[in-house]
Amino acid sequence: MNKVLKFFTKESSLVPILAIIMGLLFGALVMLIGGYNPLLAYYSLFKKVFGDLYNFGETIRQITPLIFTGLSVAFAFRTGLFNIGAAGQFVMGSLGAVIIGTQLSLPAYIHAPLAIIVGGLFGALWGAISGYLKAKRGVHEVITTIMLNWIALYLSNYVIYNYLRAKGQQRTEFIKDTASISFDWLSELFGFARLHSGTILAIIAALAFYLILWKTKQGFELRAVGFNPHASEYAGMNVSKNIIKAMFIGGLFAGLGGAVEVLGVFKYQVISAALPNAGFDGIAVALIGANTPLGVIFGSILFGVLTYGAAGMKLGAGVPIEVIRVVIASVIFFVAASGIVKYILALFQRKKKEVL
Amino acid sequence: MKQINHVVEMKNISKSFPGIKANDQISFKVKKSEIHALLGENGAGKSTLMNILFGLYQPDEGAIFINEQEVEIENPNIANDLGIGMVHQHFMLVQNFTVTENIILGSEPKKAVSMIDYAKARNFVVELSNKYGLHVNPDAKIEDISVGMQQRVEILKTLYRGADILIFDEPTAVLTPQEIDELAGIMRNLVEEGKSIILITHKLKEIMAICDSVTIIRRGKVIDSLVVEDTNPDELAAKMVGREVTFSVDKIPAKPGEPILIVDKVFAKDARGLNALSGISIEVKSGEILGIAGVDGNGQSQLIEAITGLKHVDSGQIILSGKEITNLSPRVISEAGLSHIPEDRHKRGLVLDFTVGENMVLETYFYPEFSTNGLLDIKKINQYAEKLVEEFDVRTPNVQTLGRALSGGNQQKAIIAREVNKDPDLLIAAQPTRGLDVGAIEFIHRRLIEQRDKGKAVLLLSLELDEILNVADRIAVIYEGKIVGIVDAKSTNEQELGLMMAGAGEKGVEAANE
Repeated sequence: MNKVLKFFTKESSLVPILAIIMGLLFGALVMLIGGYNPLLAYYSLFKKVFGDLYNFGETIRQITPLIFTGLSVAFAFRTGLFNIGAAGQFVMGSLGAVIIGTQLSLPAYIHAPLAIIVGGLFGALWGAISGYLKAKRGVHEVITTIMLNWIALYLSNYVIYNYLRAKGQQRTEFIKDTASISFDWLSELFGFARLHSGTILAIIAALAFYLILWKTKQGFELRAVGFNPHASEYAGMNVSKNIIKAMFIGGLFAGLGGAVEVLGVFKYQVISAALPNAGFDGIAVALIGANTPLGVIFGSILFGVLTYGAAGMKLGAGVPIEVIRVVIASVIFFVAASGIVKYILALFQRKKKEVL
Repeated sequence: MKQINHVVEMKNISKSFPGIKANDQISFKVKKSEIHALLGENGAGKSTLMNILFGLYQPDEGAIFINEQEVEIENPNIANDLGIGMVHQHFMLVQNFTVTENIILGSEPKKAVSMIDYAKARNFVVELSNKYGLHVNPDAKIEDISVGMQQRVEILKTLYRGADILIFDEPTAVLTPQEIDELAGIMRNLVEEGKSIILITHKLKEIMAICDSVTIIRRGKVIDSLVVEDTNPDELAAKMVGREVTFSVDKIPAKPGEPILIVDKVFAKDARGLNALSGISIEVKSGEILGIAGVDGNGQSQLIEAITGLKHVDSGQIILSGKEITNLSPRVISEAGLSHIPEDRHKRGLVLDFTVGENMVLETYFYPEFSTNGLLDIKKINQYAEKLVEEFDVRTPNVQTLGRALSGGNQQKAIIAREVNKDPDLLIAAQPTRGLDVGAIEFIHRRLIEQRDKGKAVLLLSLELDEILNVADRIAVIYEGKIVGIVDAKSTNEQELGLMMAGAGEKGVEAANE
C-alpha cells in the first residue's frame, strides 16, 4: 500500500495526474462559458461508463486498441523515432487478420492465433518500410509514416472491394467463427458488450514492451540508438538495422491492435473513407503515458473513458461531443506543457512548507 | 567622485544543492581593472559561485556588493543592468546569423516604427571591435568563422550590453595555442580600457601568464587569495588539489616492439566531400606512445574515425596486429583489439541517459558473461561496473546513476575504465584530458603510460602540446591530412613542433612516406 502511495506521489506520476485534473477543470470552464452544467456533465460521463455492465464492457473494448497503438508510438519513440503511422499499421493489421479470418478454414485453436499473427506481421512490415526508408535512404519517418497511412487505407479498400467484398455490401464477409476471439460467456455477463481476448493480449504486449526494452540485448541496442546514435555507432551497434527493427516492432504492436479489433469486435472489415481514430489517439496516449508501458495503459484508460463517456455527457447534460475533445486536448496540453504543472506544483509545495 | 576599490565583493556566500554544499561561506573581492582568476578543480564550486553572481542561482546566505553597493541579483537581466557580462564556455550563438545580428540579438537598436537600425548596429560593432582589438568581421556568418572568432563575438555581446565586469568561463578550453595568446592580448586590452575580468579556470599556466590575482577554491571553500606575482604554479596546484602535484610525467624509456598499427597512404573525405586525409601514413609499435600533434582541423578526427571504422576510407590500407581492418565495421575492429577514448565524450563516448553500469558495457553487452539467450544479466553488468568504478576511482553515488549526472572528469574516467579494461592491443586516446582538472589529467596520463609499459601500442592525439611532449615517446605532426614530420619527444621542443604544425618543417617526411 505504501508502495502504491509512493508511486502516485512521485513527481513523475504526480505531474500527469495533476495535468489530467487541470484538463478536466479547463473543460469545465469551457462548459460554463457555453452555458452547460459541468458537474452534471462529468457526472453523466462517469455514469455512462460505470453505470452498468454493458457500457463498462464497451469502455474496455474502446480502451483496448488504444493500448496497442499507444505502445506502437511509444516503442518507436524510445528509439528516437516518431511513428505517426500507427493508423496505417493498424489498418494493415486488420486487413491481414480479415484475409486469414475469411479465406481459410482451420480449427479454432490455430485459426484465430494465425489471423492475429498475420495481422501483426502486416502491421510490422508496414512499419518496417518507413524504418528502411529512414535507415537506408534518409527519408524522415514522419513523412513516410503519414504517406503510408493513406496508402494503407486505400490498399485495404482496394483489396476488400476487389477480392473480399460481400455481395452488395461495402465490407468483407464475416470472419469464420473459428477465427473469432470473442469472450462469449464474459460478453453475456456484461450484457453482450463486445469483450474479447485481445484485451489480454494488449496487457501482454505492454509487458513484452517492458521486457524487450529493458531486459534484452536487443532492447539495450534500441535504447542506446534512441538516446545517442553517435555513441551507438562508436560502440559497434548497427544504427540502421536498429531503426528498422524499432519500426518493425512498433508496427507489430499497431498491427496486432488492428487484428484483434477485427477478430474480436467487428468480425469484418469495411471499405472506409477515413483512418481509424485509434491510430492518432495512440500518439496522445503515448505522450500522456510518457512512453512507458504502464503509462500507456493508464493513458488508454483515460482516453477510452473520456471518449466513450462523451455520449453520456451529450445525453445527460446536453453537452456536445466536441466539448469532450476540448477536455482531451487540454489534458494533452497540460501534459505536454508539464512546466506549467510543475510550476503550480511547486507553488503548492512552497505553501505547504510555509504552513508547516 | 568616490574612488571605487572593489568592483565585486561576495561575502560569506553559501549555496547548497541536494546532497552537496557547493559553496560554503565563500568570500572574495575583485579590484577595479584587474584580471582575477578563480581557480579550482571541476566540481569545486567555481561555476556555482559565478552563476550566483550572474543571477542564475540565488545564494542561501551571504551578500553581494557591486561597486561597493549591496545588490540582489535575482536574474541575469539585473546582472546585465549592473554591468556584469558572462562569456560562456559553450557559445550561445545563432549559427546562420551574422556577427552583427548575433551581437544585437535581444537589444536591437531601433529606427522609427520598430525597424532594426542595422547600419547603426554595424557601426557600433565595428567601433567596439576596433577599440578592444578584436578584429571581428561584422558581416561574417557564425558558421563560417573559427571557434576563436566565435568567442570574440561572445565577448562583443557582453560589451555591447555595457558590461564592465566580464566573467570568462573556462575560455581557453576550446582554443588553439595561438588563439590563447590572442585572447590574453584581448583581455589585457579590456583591462586597460577600465574593464574588470573574472577568469574561471583550472589551468595554472594561464593564470601565471595573464592574471593579476587569484582566488583558490576547493570543495566549496576558499583556500586562499594570492597576488600572482608572489606565487608559483607548484604552490597553486598544491592549494587547488590539496596535495603536491607533479607536472612532468615520470616514465621509463619506451621499449618499442613489433608494429601494431600500420596506416599506409590512406585517403578519406570529410563531411563536405573534400580530402581530409591525403595519403597519411603512420606506424605505432607495441610498448610506445605515438603522439599526433597539429592545429585543430588538419585531419586528426578523420584519421581516428578511419582507423576505428567510423569513416569510409577511399584508398590505402590500415593494418591492426597483422590483420587488415580497412573499412571493416566498428565492432569487428574493436573486437580485433582496439580501444578508443573518443575526443567528444558526450557525442561518442557515453550514452548520457544510460546508467554508469550500462555505459560500462556499451561495447561488450553482448558478451556471454553479460547476456545469455538474448537476455541481459543486469546483476552481472552492475557487478562488473562496480568493480571498474572502484578500480578507476570513478566518483559516482552508485552504478545506477545516469552518466549525465557525473562530472566531466568522472565521465572521462568511466570511459577510460571501459576502454582500458577491454585489454586492447592498440589504445587510441583522442584529447583524453580536454576540459579536465590537474588531478584527473595526472590520473589519465599515468594510465596511458601504464598501458604502454604493459606492451600495448598507444596512439595519443591532443591539441595541447604540453601533453604530447610529456606523454608521447615519438611525435608525428599532422598538417593538411598528411604527416609532415616525425620527431623524438625527448629531443624536440615547442618551437620546432610549432613550425611543423604550420606546415613549414619537413623533417622526417621521407621516413614517414618510405
